[in-house]
Amino acid sequence: MPSSVRVKTLRIDDLDVAGDEQQTIFDVAVEHAIPIPTLCHLDGLGAVGACRMCLVEVTSANQTRLQPACATPIEEGMQIVTNSPRLQEYRRMILELLFAEGNHVCAVCVSNGHCELQGLAQSLGMTHVRFPYHYPQRSVDASHRRFVVDHNRCILCTRCVRVCAEIEGAHTWDVMGASSQTQVITDLNQPWAEAETCTGCGKCIHVCPTGALFEKGYSVAEMHKRRQFLPYLRAMREREP
Amino acid sequence: MTRRIEINPVTRIEGHAMISLHLDDAGLVQQAHLHVNQLRGFEQFCVGRPFYEMPALMARICGICPVSHLVAASKACDELLAVQVPPTATKLRRIMNLAQIIQSHALNFFHLSAPDLLLGMDSDPTQRNLFGLLQSHPERARDGIRLRQFGQQIIEQLGGKRIHPGWIVPGGVNEPLSKAHREQMLGMIPAALAIIERTLTWFPPLLDQFRAEIQTFGNFPSLFVGLANHQGTLEHYDGGIRVMDSAGNSIAQWLEPNHYADYIGEAVEPDSYLKSPYYKPLGYPDGMYRVGPLARLNLVDRCGTPRADAALTAFNARYPRPVLSSFLYHYARLIEIMYGIEQIELLLNDPDILSEHVRAFAEPNRSEGIGVSEAPRGTLIHHYRIDGQGLVTYANMIIASGNNNLAMNRGILQAARHFVHGTEIKEGMLNRVEAVIRAFDPCLSCSTHAAGAMPLHICLHAPDGRLLHELWRE
Repeated sequence: MPSSVRVKTLRIDDLDVAGDEQQTIFDVAVEHAIPIPTLCHLDGLGAVGACRMCLVEVTSANQTRLQPACATPIEEGMQIVTNSPRLQEYRRMILELLFAEGNHVCAVCVSNGHCELQGLAQSLGMTHVRFPYHYPQRSVDASHRRFVVDHNRCILCTRCVRVCAEIEGAHTWDVMGASSQTQVITDLNQPWAEAETCTGCGKCIHVCPTGALFEKGYSVAEMHKRRQFLPYLRAMREREP
Repeated sequence: MTRRIEINPVTRIEGHAMISLHLDDAGLVQQAHLHVNQLRGFEQFCVGRPFYEMPALMARICGICPVSHLVAASKACDELLAVQVPPTATKLRRIMNLAQIIQSHALNFFHLSAPDLLLGMDSDPTQRNLFGLLQSHPERARDGIRLRQFGQQIIEQLGGKRIHPGWIVPGGVNEPLSKAHREQMLGMIPAALAIIERTLTWFPPLLDQFRAEIQTFGNFPSLFVGLANHQGTLEHYDGGIRVMDSAGNSIAQWLEPNHYADYIGEAVEPDSYLKSPYYKPLGYPDGMYRVGPLARLNLVDRCGTPRADAALTAFNARYPRPVLSSFLYHYARLIEIMYGIEQIELLLNDPDILSEHVRAFAEPNRSEGIGVSEAPRGTLIHHYRIDGQGLVTYANMIIASGNNNLAMNRGILQAARHFVHGTEIKEGMLNRVEAVIRAFDPCLSCSTHAAGAMPLHICLHAPDGRLLHELWRE
């Protein structure tokens, strides 16, 4: 660690820990094997705090707030609770809202059994959805020769947007619209096959936490995402020439 | 003055249905209708989905026979890919299809119909179910459970789970068979054979008690339709469509399954969500035909395995071909179970069965695909069209049970006329009307399957709405 780095001390779940001031709560928790559920976060990609799954209770200067662990830098003297009945309830509620606002049919999904959304629902004890399902009319773009985007399964985590911009450098993906009309798009909302910036690298496919992005030719439960390349690519990009 | 009797819901079948009977002044049944009062919508909501999803999506039609839909859907997708499925994959698919047929037949025979057969049509309705059977005939009930377990475990050994395995995929299957699983399956064969041998010993003599039912449970002339192969033996996976008339004459020896629309029409009746398929050359409703185990046994020269052939010979010695009584679907199911177990053993001992070449890969090369197979209840047809992106633009399915719709209605009328009369309804009379449906074993929607637990409420109304008679079964 360079000498210019300032170390901060804090407390996570009754454990006294220390970290580099540029680290997030999530980074420090991971270093100390303290589990915090995530969904939009992915090691190797920039943090956006979009899903709020990693909310933790942060007490600082006598104030307790809910903060996304992935996007909150550590501060001296922070008191952090990563798991409480309130957090469990909120996390389950977030999951239920995600399920209610899309069309997630695990039984026929290519990612069934390997889906992060499904996995979190299981691990966080989501037994049912308390909110009315929206059943939105969403499209499937299978124009690309090798890949498909099924907006029914998209949770707008923006991993695809970030990996395309930050790692591949193509920035084919972005986000369009607002509220319930928000969706990820290729180039200027063209069919994927017509998106000239797309290099066809497939990174977006593999970072997608659900079955929203997948390769053609796979049946139910057959799409296994491989993400181990990401931290390596990131490290190579950041290395001094 | 006419009266109307409603049997709603029909119990111990797979799915939801209602029967209505119309009686005249003398208390004689004039009309009888089976109303399938549920709408699923699969043909519509799969439009726009990637075709690779279709086998798993379509399998969700049914929790009892998902494998049948997996098979037919995957065969339709094989056509979209225009690939040659590796021979081992075809054999493995055949094994799973047969296991499906065994477990489904066992479910109908032992769990749903045996209470009528062993306890009697007029027995106490509170006991006339699987649990009553477990008390009165524990060995028989146990045999049924074990036989169903056999079929389900074969499906699990092959596909990883008993219900809705995703193992059958466009182009083949997604994992080869392991030696260990083959040995485990082979190890289960002797016990399953012993059960079906035992059942084929006690059941035929019992039929002497059901002479009236055999005479009146859908015992009428009709066509018989099913898949057939060039050897003239039972065929559940491939082959051509054979059509036989009620005198046993083959009126179409080999119709291409892919041209089904040329010879099968689908009529729509206003009182049911279940369509009424018919054989086009004879028109509607004269083109009424029957499918399923009884039709298949009528159509073939022989089963093709030694024990099943012996059983078929004994069956036909007692009931000469073509067998017209739908009550004998029960007997036919047992013979098919025997065939299925023997055939699975043969396929498992095939020298290529452990080959690892079990899947062909391709991009879609055709825009239209049709898959036809024999499900437990009869001929099953899946037909898809896709666009240039591989998204489904059209889906049509003719489900095995649907083929029997006209015949089921006719069978209900026949049995109702024989057993239901007078102004006072007896529960046993109506149970016989329901039992006609059970003989056909329709899978109206296995996803909402119920076994003997649903209450039955029958009302007999005068035309002015006056309640003449009411009967409840809790």
